[in-house]
Amino acid sequence: MSASRLVVENLSIMFGGVHAVEDVSFDVNPGEVFAIIGPNGAGKSTIFNLISRLYEPSAGAIHYGEHNLLNMPAHKVVQTGIARTFQNIELFEQATVLENLLVGRHSQMRSNPLTAFAFLPSVKKSELEHRRKVEDVIDLLEIAQYRDERIADLPYGARKNVELARALCAEPSMLLLDEPASGLNNEETDDVGFWLEDIKHDLGVTLVMVEHDMGLVGQVADRVMAINDGRLLAIGTPDEVRENKDVQQAYLGVTEAVE
Amino acid sequence: MQILFKTRYEDDIRFLAKTGEKIRVGLVVAFLLAAPLFLQTYYLGELGLLLVYAIAGIGLMILTGHTGQVSFGHAAFMGIGAYCHSILMSHGMPFSLSVVLTMTLCGLVGMALGRSASKMHGFYLAIATLAFLILIETVLGEWESMTGGYAGLAVPPLKVFGVTLAKAWQQYYVDLFFVLVVVYGASNLFRTPTGRSFLAVRDSELSARSLGVNVEWVKIQAFGMSAAITGLAGVLLAHHLSYLAPDVFGVLESLKLMLMIVVGGLGSILGAVFGAILISLLPVGLSFLKDVLPPVIGQQAGLEPLMFGLIIVVFIVFEPQGIYGRWMKIRYFFETFPYYRKSSFVRQKSYLKTERMR
Repeated sequence: MSASRLVVENLSIMFGGVHAVEDVSFDVNPGEVFAIIGPNGAGKSTIFNLISRLYEPSAGAIHYGEHNLLNMPAHKVVQTGIARTFQNIELFEQATVLENLLVGRHSQMRSNPLTAFAFLPSVKKSELEHRRKVEDVIDLLEIAQYRDERIADLPYGARKNVELARALCAEPSMLLLDEPASGLNNEETDDVGFWLEDIKHDLGVTLVMVEHDMGLVGQVADRVMAINDGRLLAIGTPDEVRENKDVQQAYLGVTEAVE
Repeated sequence: MQILFKTRYEDDIRFLAKTGEKIRVGLVVAFLLAAPLFLQTYYLGELGLLLVYAIAGIGLMILTGHTGQVSFGHAAFMGIGAYCHSILMSHGMPFSLSVVLTMTLCGLVGMALGRSASKMHGFYLAIATLAFLILIETVLGEWESMTGGYAGLAVPPLKVFGVTLAKAWQQYYVDLFFVLVVVYGASNLFRTPTGRSFLAVRDSELSARSLGVNVEWVKIQAFGMSAAITGLAGVLLAHHLSYLAPDVFGVLESLKLMLMIVVGGLGSILGAVFGAILISLLPVGLSFLKDVLPPVIGQQAGLEPLMFGLIIVVFIVFEPQGIYGRWMKIRYFFETFPYYRKSSFVRQKSYLKTERMR
């Protein structure tokens, strides 16, 4: 799938009286790594949930290429080429890694209960084809040793990789990564950094990520957006955003001049 | 422990990959095929009934065990199946056509129920399906012109392709045929995208949705499939009962199905079969107990419901994964002997899930 441009305009959502996201606009260019940063509760994950249509915005527009995302239900979003991971890992716990990855290919597969029940030769053929695609992803992320393990038996770091792999199985043109490095040690975080570079260069996938690890952000991100209390603070290169006064205030608080 | 060397992707799709599995399944099928040779008519009937309950159990297992949607109303589908089939047959419809039509009707009713319940979860779903059961039971009782009402309805004799199958062994083979088809089909289901989308909806609706699974449609499919299979069990049950009354398909029957899959082990087809075996052996065991126990206890009314309750409690406390889970552990013990440890099957830590967005 060829990469498209993601355009978010004046996006807002309210939970009760709280403006979780208020009038946020940004765009992500094809092939770019775009990071969203901000303190806890700033609305970063909410933006992801709005893009993947799990939340209904109260105002604004989201376009991906020629697709108007607000016109489609959540399960159609992946067909436009947007796949995602979740902050706290949403894998299918009682299923094996392989089954999880095959569900990742769901958007590419056709299936109906009757042919499935009879397991017609065509069903088997399609299973084998998609299995081959899944193996490519397994090779890329080096999770072959977990292939037949149940998710419930896997350590945390491995689960993170599997979730990334599952999103890649959908052959996305854009990946939304919700804190890809949270809960990982330094070594694992470095690995994630390399994989993200690989995914960007080899697969040509646009990456949008929410991340707290500024080291990782500085290493891979082309542009960074900082938000606080649902409002946009700054967009720019990692260095520009780091130097921004509003951003520093949001993270460190306001220092009053002492008389 | 047998280590499989997989050289092709087919090796992961194949059933019965291990020698042990082949032998076990072969033995069971051989036993079932040969059963009429050495079982008396009464026990053959009981075995046939066991197979019927295995079908019903698999039907409910697909919905509750694999898709995670609780249903306390599944006896209603058995009822619809039994009545619809009996009415069609008594109007002269051939058996095979009647089975297909009955399963289609049950499937459609199931899909309708699934459509209206697709946004419900847990407790609310349980109540909704219970209400559906009561509704169907009432309809079966009140629609006298069609169902004979509470007076009951005679089931026409079993006649397949023009041949009357009145003998116990003939009926038994009909049951066996359908069990084998359903077990094979249901196992097939879980090596295809449809079956995997069921599992996905059970484990995380959220990520299923973001991967392109239409969650509502999956639930409707699961309800339809489950209802059609349970309806088939109703068809076969009708021929065992030979006389239908609405209260046969009541709350108790539903609870029995639920007990079967919980005790058998949620989330596995084998578990439904184990549950059916337990349910069928229970009356036999009880009649034996009644002779052994002192009359004060043995002759008390309500011993059977008490045992049902006791079994559920014991399993939920000591073996939540049911007979199937216990079976896996025993197998693992022998396969890895002497390395099995008590902690081999201790539940792993489950990590925090994303706050549910419902």
